[in-house]
Amino acid sequence: MVKYRKQILVCGGAGCNSKQSEEILDNLKLELEALALENDIQVIKTGCFGLCELGPVVKIMPDDTIYTKVTPDDAAEIITEHVVKGKRIERLIYKDPVTQKQVSASSEMTSYKKQLRIVLRNCGIIDPESIEEAIARDAYLALGKVLKEMKPIEVIKIIQDSGLRGRGGAGFPTGLKWKLAHENKSDEKYVVCNADEGDPGAFMDRSVLEGDPHSVLEAMAICGFCIGSSKGLIYIRAEYPLAVARLITAIKQARESGLLGNDIFGSGFNFDIEIKYGAGAFVCGEETALIHSMEGLRGEPTVKPPFPVESGFRGKPTNVNNVETYACISPIILKGSSWFSSIGTEKSKGTKVFALAGKINNVGLIEVPMGTTLREVIFEIGGGIQYGKKFKAVQTGGPSGGCLTEKHLDTPIDFDNLIAAGSFMGSGGMIVMDEDDCMVSVSKYFLDFTVEESCGKCAPCRIGNKRLYELLDHICKGNGTMEDLKRLKNMSLVIKDTSLCGLGQGSPNPVLSTLDNFMDEYIAHVVDKKCPAGKCRDLMQYFIISENCVGCTACARVCPVNAITGERKEPHLINPSICIKCGACIEKCKFDAIIIK
Amino acid sequence: MKQIKSLADLNKSKEEYLSKSKDSEKKDAPGGKVRIRVHMGTSGIASGAREIHEFLTIELEKRNIDAVVIKTGDMGYCFAEPTIEVTRSGEEPIIFGNVDKLRADEIIEKYIKNGEYVEGILPVNYQIIN
Repeated sequence: MVKYRKQILVCGGAGCNSKQSEEILDNLKLELEALALENDIQVIKTGCFGLCELGPVVKIMPDDTIYTKVTPDDAAEIITEHVVKGKRIERLIYKDPVTQKQVSASSEMTSYKKQLRIVLRNCGIIDPESIEEAIARDAYLALGKVLKEMKPIEVIKIIQDSGLRGRGGAGFPTGLKWKLAHENKSDEKYVVCNADEGDPGAFMDRSVLEGDPHSVLEAMAICGFCIGSSKGLIYIRAEYPLAVARLITAIKQARESGLLGNDIFGSGFNFDIEIKYGAGAFVCGEETALIHSMEGLRGEPTVKPPFPVESGFRGKPTNVNNVETYACISPIILKGSSWFSSIGTEKSKGTKVFALAGKINNVGLIEVPMGTTLREVIFEIGGGIQYGKKFKAVQTGGPSGGCLTEKHLDTPIDFDNLIAAGSFMGSGGMIVMDEDDCMVSVSKYFLDFTVEESCGKCAPCRIGNKRLYELLDHICKGNGTMEDLKRLKNMSLVIKDTSLCGLGQGSPNPVLSTLDNFMDEYIAHVVDKKCPAGKCRDLMQYFIISENCVGCTACARVCPVNAITGERKEPHLINPSICIKCGACIEKCKFDAIIIK
Repeated sequence: MKQIKSLADLNKSKEEYLSKSKDSEKKDAPGGKVRIRVHMGTSGIASGAREIHEFLTIELEKRNIDAVVIKTGDMGYCFAEPTIEVTRSGEEPIIFGNVDKLRADEIIEKYIKNGEYVEGILPVNYQIIN
């Protein structure tokens, strides 16, 4: 039984909060109290609606009406007109941005729901340790159909027609890869799932494996049927213990139900899956390195060709796909290739899962159709920048990707547009940066990661990236020159052109894209010896504003190196040659007298 | 575990599961069974979802509320973990975020018992394919 006649939900997301949603909430409550309705109507603050640009948002239940751009002054009208008289307030009702039609029921608001979950269809819905629940959501139905009713080549055709491209980064057409693996004759072939997710801040594959492991197992079996393989291997990093545990359970249950093993669905097709553990080396996400690691060799890439579809695991034709790619397979088979290809952009079909991280309000996983803009992802679904700060850049594609800026915000996200903009789809990590982030330091951070993760096989990556890192460090310390910026660019281009594998070829991307988009910041570092974001410690100077300083001596007492001098009740001074820039003085000062320049 | 050897077997397994869960929803209607999903992927568990799962299981039984509590993977609401989804019989599910024991208690007392909303509701802004 519901105690209240109506319930009013007021968005309390950060975006709406900054636009007076608290006041709206208070006003609604006051209006209800004035009419003695507070026991009849409930008002409550909720989380973000993902409609931040139209905020503040108010929703009324059970009428399912959504009002946008509500002001505190509208509270009275909402109560007297809608709640008391049952009349909807037309001017506040949400309009569909495409059709400009008024849409009142939130269940009809499809364009408001910017997320479309295909890969994440079961994540958070089913118990990943129960195969019955998965089956109740149509797991293994596509496998059954394929084995009973179709020929391998027909299935490959569907995948090709769907336009599905590999979700691991490069976007190679999945159907074509399967076709090549199918055509290469061999007594043995392998189906490999690449679950070696290594980009900093990316956890899409982990969530799929933790939330819906059967979707991957099923798709691997379908792939096995298509290419003529009876053996699947999942290469997963040992740092994902929960994903590993749930995979083991899922494989066990699938075997017990006869959905993996011999004579699946009575079709005579045999397929089984084994888990191979990785030690969490970034380079092992590269398919040739991954295969070597599975063979017990060092995780080092080799030159392609031969591609794994020709000569992969143990020299046999091997199809390697990413977790997310496999998770797309069974919906494509069940709903058809034209359904899938109707979603997305011309050359990138379907949806993409992104892990939103960094200075964004709604940190987490999202899944959107290809072609959604960065602005929609960051400012609507992501709820905007933390603490109302200014957006500066978004890094996509991990250490091999680039930083995109304000001018790219309205670019529809797909494989080709991201490359044209100087970045990369990668596996789907998105790190959002605000005005406080120094782009030179960001490049340095990613280079640090690449240097650490480089396998050392080829010289451009092993030596070049190290030199690149040193140059960036040099610049951050205030010792750079304009000449260094030229060297930075040249070296980056050489590394990009001459490295052996994708890791090396992509590693200078953060440098190149920040050079393109934030040249002024590099110049500030080398010419003015200043870090505009105030991040590079060596370029910072602490100053005391003498007008604000009352001479309380708090800063001088806390300074660990006695860099601050001055008489009591007189303005103090910081000696920059002694100061170690620890920031202790700033924390102590109660008069805002200390600033960083 | 039952062997699935044909599409008919697969369909039977699906139907059995669905009718079983429908039955459990119908039981004692209209009060019906409450279904709770605790999102327990890595980020949920790291934020304390395991304790919430335990708390809900024990408390719902203690307070004589007929409910099923299941563990699932994460929904992607990392900013608001732990999150749980509560479906009152015959109603649309509601997702609550930042659920600590205090809020979980409030959800049982106010939302599950009376349909009264409590803070922490996360509006659904996605569509899921069937």
